[in-house]
Amino acid sequence: MGYLGEIFVMAMTAIFIQNFVLSRFLGLCPYLGVSKKLDSALGMGLAVIFVMTLASAFTFLMNRYLLMPYNMEYLQTIAFILIIAALVQFVEMVVQKNAPALYNALGVYLPLITTNCAVLGVAILNTSLFRSDGVTPYTFLDSTLNGFFSGVGFTVVLLAMAGIRMRLEKSELPKSMRGMPIALILAGIMALAFYGFVGFKI
Amino acid sequence: MSFIILQTASLFTTIGIPVIVIGSLGLIFGLILAIASKLFEVQIDPRVAEIIEILPGANCGACGLAGCAGYADRIVNGGEAPNKCAPGGAATAAMIAKIMGMEAEAMEQKVAVIHCSSGGKNNTKWKYAYEGVDSCKSAVNIAGGPNSCSWGCLGLNDCLRACPFDAISLDPNGLRVIDFDKCTACGMCVAACPRKLIHLVPINRNVYVKCSSKERGPDARSVCGSAKPCIGCGICAKKCPVQCITVENNLARIDYSVCTNCGICATVCPTKSILDLLADMRTKEEVSSEA
Repeated sequence: MGYLGEIFVMAMTAIFIQNFVLSRFLGLCPYLGVSKKLDSALGMGLAVIFVMTLASAFTFLMNRYLLMPYNMEYLQTIAFILIIAALVQFVEMVVQKNAPALYNALGVYLPLITTNCAVLGVAILNTSLFRSDGVTPYTFLDSTLNGFFSGVGFTVVLLAMAGIRMRLEKSELPKSMRGMPIALILAGIMALAFYGFVGFKI
Repeated sequence: MSFIILQTASLFTTIGIPVIVIGSLGLIFGLILAIASKLFEVQIDPRVAEIIEILPGANCGACGLAGCAGYADRIVNGGEAPNKCAPGGAATAAMIAKIMGMEAEAMEQKVAVIHCSSGGKNNTKWKYAYEGVDSCKSAVNIAGGPNSCSWGCLGLNDCLRACPFDAISLDPNGLRVIDFDKCTACGMCVAACPRKLIHLVPINRNVYVKCSSKERGPDARSVCGSAKPCIGCGICAKKCPVQCITVENNLARIDYSVCTNCGICATVCPTKSILDLLADMRTKEEVSSEA
């Protein structure tokens, strides 16, 4: 299998089989909080893709060239949170200065996801993942791509959730089920549906 | 002795190095961010924040912009007038004008008025029994709405739910009553009503045509559940001393920029479709002398 095949496997795994929200149960807070409207869900999704990709790249470098030489992998959580938070803050400032339009679209969501568990999750998972041959650990490019596809998976699920919730707004529900209760049930059903992907082996 | 040195050395490698590495990382990131915050500083006018503080924060959109923050930004950077905030009223406009260093133009305070006297439990005629989603917007799509009058109030309270200030309540008959003290003329109910029955009227004008039917007189009369339709007869227009009433498409409309609040139209209306809030307070002499 060539490298393109490897990327395909990675994408399918990150988006469907091991979806961050519905299989790994990470990033549930924005999944329930920012899924009321389609356009805000899209903004949030794009921000997550952006941050996950960047975070994967930088945490890989940190893990490989700083933590591993000193046998300090046990400090992953602290070190990764530190680098992700600083990175997002820095990027936010640069974007605000140089691309105000992009800042208006993503800006409000960026601080929300600096220490989001899905972002930290992808960074930590990258250190322990292997390619489909089962021996080669993820390289720098692999990690970055995995971060990108994980973000895409998050966005896909968030958009689906927002679409369904916008329809739910118009439906007549028992009073006790309106709002968050039906959203939680909906999340459970979506997770069950995605559970169907688990059996697939690519 | 060598044992102690060995122990200190291993203590240093297990504790010292991580502390130094993480500590210096934090320090470096902190410095980078501090430099970046100077380097990429974006000038934000402090007046924007001050105006956001003053605005009611209802994000109602009555000013025509996306929320209070958007309006504050536009006032400072886009030269928007400070008197567009309906919920805030004249007091807010004056405070914003003070921050911006300009004179506040007087703002005409308005209230929302429902231009239909039907829609309650016992004053509406029905074509069919509607049992769908509890919303006017939904009901109006099914065979032109459940009530006989295709211009009148559906009585499903979209306006009441839309009101961010709890100014609309139900009377015992199920009619919607707008509390003028609470109403800020934000326009949410105006937008919520699928029949466009709610209009904003200057608060010091107390005479309203409580009908929106453009049917011909007999048709309007036959479908109106409250028996107070505007039949477009035009008597009000003829009797108005300042000619502020026009009848168009079988419906009388009052031009509030001209109206003097005299209340004569309400007394001459044959179907009593014009409501005069001050009717009880006027004496007969007053009305006749004004006429």
